[in-house]
Amino acid sequence: MIKVEGLTKRYNRFTAVQNIDFEVPKGRIVGFLGPNGAGKTTTMRILTCFLPPTSGTATVAGFDVLKQPMEVKKRIGYLPESPPVYPEMEVHEYLSFVGRLKGIPSADLPKRVKEVSERCNVADVTTKLISKLSKGYRQRVGLAQAIIHNPDVLILDEPTAGLDPKQIHETRDLIRSLAGAHTIILSTHILPEVEQTCDEVVIISKGQVVARDSVRNLTSRLQGQEAVAVEARPGEVAGDAGALEQALRAVPGVSTLERRGAKGGLARFEVQSEPGQHVRGALARAVIGAGWDLEELRPVALSLEEVFLELTSSEKESGPEVKQ
Amino acid sequence: MSSLASIWNICRKELKSYFASPIAYLLMAMYAIIFGFFFWNVIAYFVNASLQAQVMGRSMPMDLNEMIVRPMLMNFSVVGLFLIPMITMRLFAEEKRSGTIELLLTSPVRDWEIILGKWLAALLLYSLTLGLCALNFLFLFAHGNPDGKPLLVGLLGLILQAGALLAIGTFISTTTKNQIIAGGVTFAVCLLLWVFEWVGGYETAIWAQVMAYMSVIAHFEPFSKGVIDTKDVIYFASLTYFGLFLSARSLESLRWRS
Repeated sequence: MIKVEGLTKRYNRFTAVQNIDFEVPKGRIVGFLGPNGAGKTTTMRILTCFLPPTSGTATVAGFDVLKQPMEVKKRIGYLPESPPVYPEMEVHEYLSFVGRLKGIPSADLPKRVKEVSERCNVADVTTKLISKLSKGYRQRVGLAQAIIHNPDVLILDEPTAGLDPKQIHETRDLIRSLAGAHTIILSTHILPEVEQTCDEVVIISKGQVVARDSVRNLTSRLQGQEAVAVEARPGEVAGDAGALEQALRAVPGVSTLERRGAKGGLARFEVQSEPGQHVRGALARAVIGAGWDLEELRPVALSLEEVFLELTSSEKESGPEVKQ
Repeated sequence: MSSLASIWNICRKELKSYFASPIAYLLMAMYAIIFGFFFWNVIAYFVNASLQAQVMGRSMPMDLNEMIVRPMLMNFSVVGLFLIPMITMRLFAEEKRSGTIELLLTSPVRDWEIILGKWLAALLLYSLTLGLCALNFLFLFAHGNPDGKPLLVGLLGLILQAGALLAIGTFISTTTKNQIIAGGVTFAVCLLLWVFEWVGGYETAIWAQVMAYMSVIAHFEPFSKGVIDTKDVIYFASLTYFGLFLSARSLESLRWRS
């Protein structure tokens, strides 16, 4: 449904997006994940024909954003970061205006306005001025605006930003309920959001795609791995910490080991296992065998969050390799 | 959706915005008061002059069109310059500031449809204000018999002049997020286009003549006398086209620059 090839966008000297490729099949929800300033909004603006790409191509439903912008615009519903609402309008006025803007025939308009108001839970405020609405309602009006013409593709830029937890939950449910009929791209820097709503993740950092996979694959890859923090106190017949490190490294199934520096005579390590290997027992035995006392052996949660941080922070060498 | 429907949709939304905020009412009320005063003033002068003529026993030719309608139209032409920036300053600046421009530019409407819709709304608000001020002339028809045709031509001239200046104001509004800047610059440009005429008064060199020719007042004056001159109509039409053309280019460049 959406195909992006070699997309690059430069502003003067600053490169916002560099050589991005990805594809979204029909009916899927794809999460754009990345820190602020990674190029998520820029990519979305290119897909919605708001900005032209510097090079590369982007097509929506087979139409090129540069060559056939009108066809693309007809098929896209877009919710920018701040909902594009007119505070001086009433909700139903606003939705009718957007509906006409998107080319809905006037005979169908009242019906469509009613449908999306109900769908997005704004039916109780249709005669209120938008300026009087809370942030959560405004966001939902923004969402209603994006789906009013029943577009094939929905592009949502941080749809849950600034909402309270209950509203976030409702918005996610709403987005999930829209999948299937619509192909959805949503951007966020909140990880649970991706885990809960998306089928696929595209992780963007500094204008480049650093990882692209289904949420299930990403998390299952991680579930097999174990990260363990080890703290040991020198026993009576202990060798030095270097020897202990050697011993731990020798444990089968350990993929990486990092020395975390000593504190109060304690030796501290962080160990990562290879996928599917359970190493905690062997680690404990290795510590004792080296003549040290085991002070602490603690599994470190390795969530999507850490993968994200690993991938998007500058020191990418260490840590799990999820790049395709 | 057809272009006309798109233009009308945008235009209607703009008009609604004008009337949802106090802007429209404020402008109309202000101008109604100002022109009420002007009208009362010229009438008082006219009555005074005709009384004097009677006392002196002279039969001065008292022409309602020449003594009342024409000065009133000229007044509106000049004072209307102040109305232009107040109408156009928000047109695009506001959309750019609030981010709603993203909605317009990602919807299946063409740039020129957006621009025409907004410009048309501005012109309608101007015409409405003008219409309110023109109600004063009804008194002339009730109590005297002025010639209606020059008056209509004058009103037409005012609308043509406004169309041109509003197009320029629309363009200036596309260049900034700040309404005050848009309004201020538009006012400066309108004022310059008015005072350019002064140069022609004392200087006969070609540059001065060109400058004077660019002045809107010079082109409005024949209308106030009830004369429709093709070159004036063409002047206003091309200025309008120029302003709208610049707006379209500016809107397009927004995408390439931002």
